[in-house]
Amino acid sequence: MIQVNDLRKSFGDEEILKGITATFEKGKTNMIIGASGSGKSVFLKNMLGLFVPNSGEIIYDGEPLNEMEIERKSNLRKEMGMLFQHSALFDSLTVEENVMFPLRMFTKMRLKERQENANEILERVNLVGLNKKMPSEISGGQQKRVALARAVVNNPRFLFCDEPNSGLDPKTATVIDNLIQEITHERDITTVIISHDMNSVMEIGETIVFLKDGKLAWKGTNQEIFKTDNETVTDFVYSSNLFKKVRIAQNKGL
Amino acid sequence: MNKFNKALNYVELFLSIFTTMKFLKHIGRYMIMLYGVFKRPTKAIVLKELILKEIDDLIIGSLGITAFISLFMGAVVALQTALNLDNPLIPKSLIGFATKQSIILEFAPTFISVIMAGKVGSYITSSIGSMRVTEQIDALEVMGINPLNYLIFPKIIALLFYPFLIAIIMFVGIAGGYLASVYGGLASSEDFIIGLQDSFIPWHVAYAFIKTMVFGLMLATIPSYHGYYMEGGALEVGKASTTSFVWTCVAIIIANYILTQLLLS
Repeated sequence: MIQVNDLRKSFGDEEILKGITATFEKGKTNMIIGASGSGKSVFLKNMLGLFVPNSGEIIYDGEPLNEMEIERKSNLRKEMGMLFQHSALFDSLTVEENVMFPLRMFTKMRLKERQENANEILERVNLVGLNKKMPSEISGGQQKRVALARAVVNNPRFLFCDEPNSGLDPKTATVIDNLIQEITHERDITTVIISHDMNSVMEIGETIVFLKDGKLAWKGTNQEIFKTDNETVTDFVYSSNLFKKVRIAQNKGL
Repeated sequence: MNKFNKALNYVELFLSIFTTMKFLKHIGRYMIMLYGVFKRPTKAIVLKELILKEIDDLIIGSLGITAFISLFMGAVVALQTALNLDNPLIPKSLIGFATKQSIILEFAPTFISVIMAGKVGSYITSSIGSMRVTEQIDALEVMGINPLNYLIFPKIIALLFYPFLIAIIMFVGIAGGYLASVYGGLASSEDFIIGLQDSFIPWHVAYAFIKTMVFGLMLATIPSYHGYYMEGGALEVGKASTTSFVWTCVAIIIANYILTQLLLS
């Protein structure tokens, strides 16, 4: 579980995060949603320790991040998996080498064992036969799946995903969403996902945190988000034409 | 008019302070980066592979072009020396002597380092800069790996082998001079070799290698600094490569003067 208390972050005079308090539960897909510029990515980077917050605390399973020694922080990061928005695969490594990378760095596994693990997870993300390809030789959707495989191959306790299905077709987006949810439940890990995609929110958002202008505007579940009266949330949720039509249909009782 | 000049002086003073502060900020950040390179080392077996790869990319990969340039530069030095020898009292062995001195003292360590700043420096800046732009450095950091150590340390170690490259360049450069002299009919083989052996000071070779080591460290770290701390997108990667080339050259030229003053005067 990750607990965030009164998190504040400024760049120069501009305050980006204005005191956010939220809980991200273990074994659930926790989503952070909000419009562009609402502070989602900054929030995530603070949680990952890539940014140092001005005040507030981030607690990983009872351990405050800001009180950890560098060594402990480094060890905690070995227990994190991160799926970046643009995949962030290492250009100089093949698909298989990318997936094996965390195993190579943090375990004493032999090459054969690492390959077996990588193949297993690549099979899971439907990428059999691409082991020797370079990241530049595969599609964006495949890159995302390789990045997901790399993020989970080391059995992390915490999985972070920054817009996992941006730029993907709906079918691939659904595959990625389902995989993230399956892995979260199977391995009982704490998953935090940043997303704009309301389809994903509806499908896998077991807990949802809604940010607006660097503040927590709403929190709830995917069942509750479509029933809330909070105008800020409804404005965001029903900004897409599809959801507008769904709402009209709901209102008409269809 | 006086008031205008006074105001202009204040603006100039402010700008020079601002520029100095900015420069000091870069120096400070560069030093912090160097400190970070040696902290939290990457797994030894991984580092070993990275170092071998960097030696291949940075040193062996540069051998062809630097040897080619060196061969012809050696030939040109010999040719120009011969063409300026009007006085029949000056021995032809001077061609070999001048070629040796030029190649060992300046051409091989300094001129080749400036070329390497373009070839290797741009490669280092653009490769690290691209990793920054595409969040690969963030990915390393999130995994708990020290990106400075993972990316820059192997380059520093690889460039410790830079004197080996320069030794080859010295040989090829002098060979170029020999070929141009002997086969161009400028001097006989004996004259050229006598010139090579004449007034040979071993310290000059040591001086050249000391310079090379310092330049090697600059070639590894200054471009890395520009790549690692770059901000923006693909366009900025290009700009960072150019800036890194300029600053590496400036640093090499200044260090060349200081080291020559310290070691030879």
